Amino acid sequence: MTTKQNQCWIILGATSSMARAFAQAVADQGASVILAGRDMDDLKRSATDLSVRGVDAVAMKFDARDSATFKPIITKAEGMEGVINAAVFVGSMPPQDDIDANPDLIEGVVKDSHTGPATFLSMLAPIMEERGAGTVVGVGSVAGDRGRIGNYVYGSAKAGFATYLSGLRNRLTRSGGHVVTVKPGFVDTAMTWGIEGMFLVASPQKVSQDILKAVEKQKNVIYTPFFWRYIMLIIRHIPEIIFKKMSI
Amino acid sequence: MVWKTSDYAGWGRVLTASGELARPERARSLKAIVADTTCPAIGNCRSYGDASLNDGGRAIDMTRMNRIIAFDAEAGVVTVEAGITIGELAHIFAPQGWLPAVMPGTGFATVGGCIAQDVHGKNHHNEGSFGQHILSVTLLIGEKRTVATPDRNAGLFRATMGGIGQTGVIAEAKLQLKPCPGDVMMVTERRASDWDEHLAHLDGSQATYCVGWIDATATGSTLGRGIVEEAELAAGLLPKAKPSKSVPLDAPNFALSAPIVRTFNNAYYRRVPTSGRSSVKRIDDFFFPLDKIHDWNRLYGKRGFYQFQNVVPLDQAYALKAMLKEIAGAGLASPLAVLKRMGAGRAGHMSFPMEGYTLAVDFPARDAARDLIAMLEDMTVDAGGRLYLAKDALATGPAIKAMYSEHADWVKAVNKVDPDHALETDMVRRLNLREAG
Repeated sequence: MTTKQNQCWIILGATSSMARAFAQAVADQGASVILAGRDMDDLKRSATDLSVRGVDAVAMKFDARDSATFKPIITKAEGMEGVINAAVFVGSMPPQDDIDANPDLIEGVVKDSHTGPATFLSMLAPIMEERGAGTVVGVGSVAGDRGRIGNYVYGSAKAGFATYLSGLRNRLTRSGGHVVTVKPGFVDTAMTWGIEGMFLVASPQKVSQDILKAVEKQKNVIYTPFFWRYIMLIIRHIPEIIFKKMSI
Repeated sequence: MVWKTSDYAGWGRVLTASGELARPERARSLKAIVADTTCPAIGNCRSYGDASLNDGGRAIDMTRMNRIIAFDAEAGVVTVEAGITIGELAHIFAPQGWLPAVMPGTGFATVGGCIAQDVHGKNHHNEGSFGQHILSVTLLIGEKRTVATPDRNAGLFRATMGGIGQTGVIAEAKLQLKPCPGDVMMVTERRASDWDEHLAHLDGSQATYCVGWIDATATGSTLGRGIVEEAELAAGLLPKAKPSKSVPLDAPNFALSAPIVRTFNNAYYRRVPTSGRSSVKRIDDFFFPLDKIHDWNRLYGKRGFYQFQNVVPLDQAYALKAMLKEIAGAGLASPLAVLKRMGAGRAGHMSFPMEGYTLAVDFPARDAARDLIAMLEDMTVDAGGRLYLAKDALATGPAIKAMYSEHADWVKAVNKVDPDHALETDMVRRLNLREAG
């Protein structure tokens, strides 16, 4: 594997265990990282942890619902030399029952999982175009592949984000940039801990290695672990007339 | 969700538990969990028996609390979240010229676990126990957060080192690392043909790290034979890392039957030439030889195994020899058996070490092994020795209390900080450890 000197990764939602594993993985290759998220105390801990491991790491505030937090990160990135990359791990998934009881929650889910990160990436895109390089990793979800009774608001936000990523890929590819859409299945994180019905759960480290490989091979859309591609292929092809009666 | 119903087991896989586990990933969530439900914290469950089990109750899995919070590169002082493992610390710091002063036999042990068992390493005779290199520890009980150091809250600090988690959830710890010249080991292996020679090698060793592998199946004139390993930290070129392997399924019961173990041990003994040999090893290959084989505990099959480890005072070496004779005669032992000379270093009331000789032997879980271990326990009490709580699955409360002379002080200290007995584990209940006498 080549070392990635002069590479910087902006990691949005860096407090999640998947993002932490990914930050460690790119850092191991020599990239510097900007850890961005809401919980600054926690991000500072992660930044210190990475610094002791020999990585150039800083913590910055990012709140998908507060666009005022976007600009300072963009400015910071602009001041750095080399290739700027971004990985988006943000998103929120309140229980569907809570959303059904309080539809006002939908706006927050859409901001966290779609419009917030999309706005940020659209602000970052000109820098990537100007430098003629860089990769965006957008973490969506298999939940975005089809609306299901259990989490269709979260799923619809992720679907919207996936479509955005597809368009951004179309745009950045013209200037030498690239976009990887990642659709993880069940990952062993705080978000899935204790939820019933989890199966074939992957570790955050496994998922981050898969993402890294996809970045190196310039894949467009990956499922991780890979077999989710086939699970979702089947789920997508169930005729709506049957699917609407199912609860999977 | 915060709680997940899980089945988990001690490393020996004989004792198991079922209960709700929380697995926080941030200091904030850990704090909220403990404030809501004070319960025992567990790490990578490398204790062999039930020290890390809370059957029917709740426990906090600390393995995702594994970051370095601060590092003073001048002084070699590091502050960590307690779920970080010793192997990871060695991996991060050896290239920077520092190493945990004490490292147990597995790199998968967490710092919290090493404190709770006040573990020792192959340099115990020089560096003492793990807790002796802890500068401070942060404990959580309910909404209370207490920092204890050898000077501040000294009583609580002493009750925490080797205190099997009974003084609070160990959230953070500050460690004094030890300078190391490089990240390789110069290792010298020597045969010891019988018990007396084995002890003479251990007694005469000037090495920083020293441990004996013992052939616990050898009887008669070869009783106590083994290989004494001495090592020094060194700078040099790293041998290539061997890829790790894993044991994919439970081995059949005959895998570690007496003839196979005898044959293996014989070959293992003879692999070192009669004149001895020196070689360069990677740090992790020397300290954590079994970590390369993931889930090696499955080699003992579905029924699991026990590890017996005791220590007896120096002048009771003959008693230990008598125990080894019983072990060898029973023909139950596995290839994993260790003899080591310990120093006096210990950090807490319930710390295992004492100046003397420690013997550790694995046995597949069978009735005959349980009977043998019960006999060894009695012999250890008679010799004025101790059993190691990190390994124990079978001992009785009165025996343990007789072995640990500061037990009553410890009970006083832990019952003061945890009057509701919220931190009790299966081990504490089995041995009735929270009651004096």
